[in-house]
Amino acid sequence: MDGDVTQSALAPPAPYDGPPDYRAVGRHGVFPDVSHDEIARLNFLAHMNRHLATRVMPHVRTAWDARGAPAFAAAHGRAPADRHEVRRALLADPVFCTWSALRRLTMEQRQQAGRWVTLRQAETLAVRARALTDGDPRLSLDPSLPIPRYISGIDHHCMPGSYHTEAFAGDVSGAANYDHGLFATTGGQLGRYSDGGGHGVVHWMQRHMPDFAPARILEIGCTVGHSLLPIAAAYPDAEVIAVDVGAPVARYALARAKSLGIDNVRVVQADATDLSRFADGSFDWVQSTMFLHELSGPAMRAIFAESFRLLRPGGIMLHVEQPQYAVDMPLFEQAMRDWDAFYNNEPFWSTMHGLDLDGLVVQAGFAAENLLHGGVTAVVDRAVFPDAADEKGEDFGRKAAWHIVGARR
Amino acid sequence: MSVSAALAGASAKPAGKRPYFLDREVERVLAITMAVAQELSVARERIDTLERLLERHGVLDRAEIDAFAPTPQEAAERGAWVQEYLVRVLRIVQQEGEAAAAGGELASEELAVELAQS
Repeated sequence: MDGDVTQSALAPPAPYDGPPDYRAVGRHGVFPDVSHDEIARLNFLAHMNRHLATRVMPHVRTAWDARGAPAFAAAHGRAPADRHEVRRALLADPVFCTWSALRRLTMEQRQQAGRWVTLRQAETLAVRARALTDGDPRLSLDPSLPIPRYISGIDHHCMPGSYHTEAFAGDVSGAANYDHGLFATTGGQLGRYSDGGGHGVVHWMQRHMPDFAPARILEIGCTVGHSLLPIAAAYPDAEVIAVDVGAPVARYALARAKSLGIDNVRVVQADATDLSRFADGSFDWVQSTMFLHELSGPAMRAIFAESFRLLRPGGIMLHVEQPQYAVDMPLFEQAMRDWDAFYNNEPFWSTMHGLDLDGLVVQAGFAAENLLHGGVTAVVDRAVFPDAADEKGEDFGRKAAWHIVGARR
Repeated sequence: MSVSAALAGASAKPAGKRPYFLDREVERVLAITMAVAQELSVARERIDTLERLLERHGVLDRAEIDAFAPTPQEAAERGAWVQEYLVRVLRIVQQEGEAAAAGGELASEELAVELAQS
């Protein structure tokens, strides 16, 4: 309204609450060089994600309540029975489809932007990674390791080549792409080094198990080590062994750790469903962070069983994940959380979030009375970033707040 | 070598069949449009950087940009550029209008068949 102009001109400017400029990102020895325009491209993507979550997604809920749910009830004479019925009904709604098309292409644009940055300097990145890892016994690669179908069948989160493909011997461009783009994808909600999840785990452990002094920690599915390093730094006397099926991420993870001054980490290229190279009871703590949803049912059960075997009595297994689809979670929310499973190449996400994980942990050998539960939120620099727990809006399945699936051996 | 690898591979498809939510043609144009929107944002950020650096070095007062009033001659030159720009961007709209006026035109293929038989 014209009459409001004077008032808005006098009002103090609204405090900025958008994502930080990309230049706040934490860099290290294998971090790619990013030009002014490449940074601007990533800034745009951080804002697109924010816009889609806070300005577009609310209309999806409104449209479902106003017309999607009533139309379903009129057609079927009942409410939807499960999240899959809700999702299929949403596919008939133009607001959901517009939001979905924009969200999907934003993921694709993020990959394009990151691949441009890292492919144009792939050789340089490989040289830097090699200089940090060549001859270091803390890196064990296994070129004969079969890549499981749940990784090779589709590229997770639309990331061409996923965690395991290398364009040439020693290539780490895929790992560098994953690493440097995450700050834009999350709008900085995981902190400068995208390590807020790892800090959150440390925070939880120090609050709930202040006397726990692990000598050996195993992290499964470490990728480039975002969540691993805060744990290694918080327990400097522990020997930390990280495993991943991807050679490029394993190589990059050790190089990144060393350049950030973390020296108590070993990285092993291995499939965590078979860690027979490690003795029974040889670990005090088995950890994974936002990892279980990228597996399969048999692989997850095997990893729970391996975790049980590898832990000493009294040892801790912690898997940190987005919340399960409990019966009290509205079906609309479940369907929205399922989006990544069907449209962002996270194929196990939907099945995994519907499973009785506690039951599977008990089946793996852990006693029901020793199950661990709790909530973990990203711990980041509040001076630079909005605290994840205070973040407005809910970008279903992507909020930096997770649940613990775990047990004491 | 690396730039040619980036040109070839930066826009590579991830493994897995792509879902479409809109008419395929519409979604294709939307994806191209949003990529162009991203590049406009990049250009805008670069101009902003340029202005701020010029101001920091005492070359420019950014308030002058907002207060800028072109002379009539300058305004005419700028207006002419916008006219030229719109004619270029909206070419297909003009051509579809001309086609409507022209009525039942021959397709080149139809004439080709006719000429082949003559």
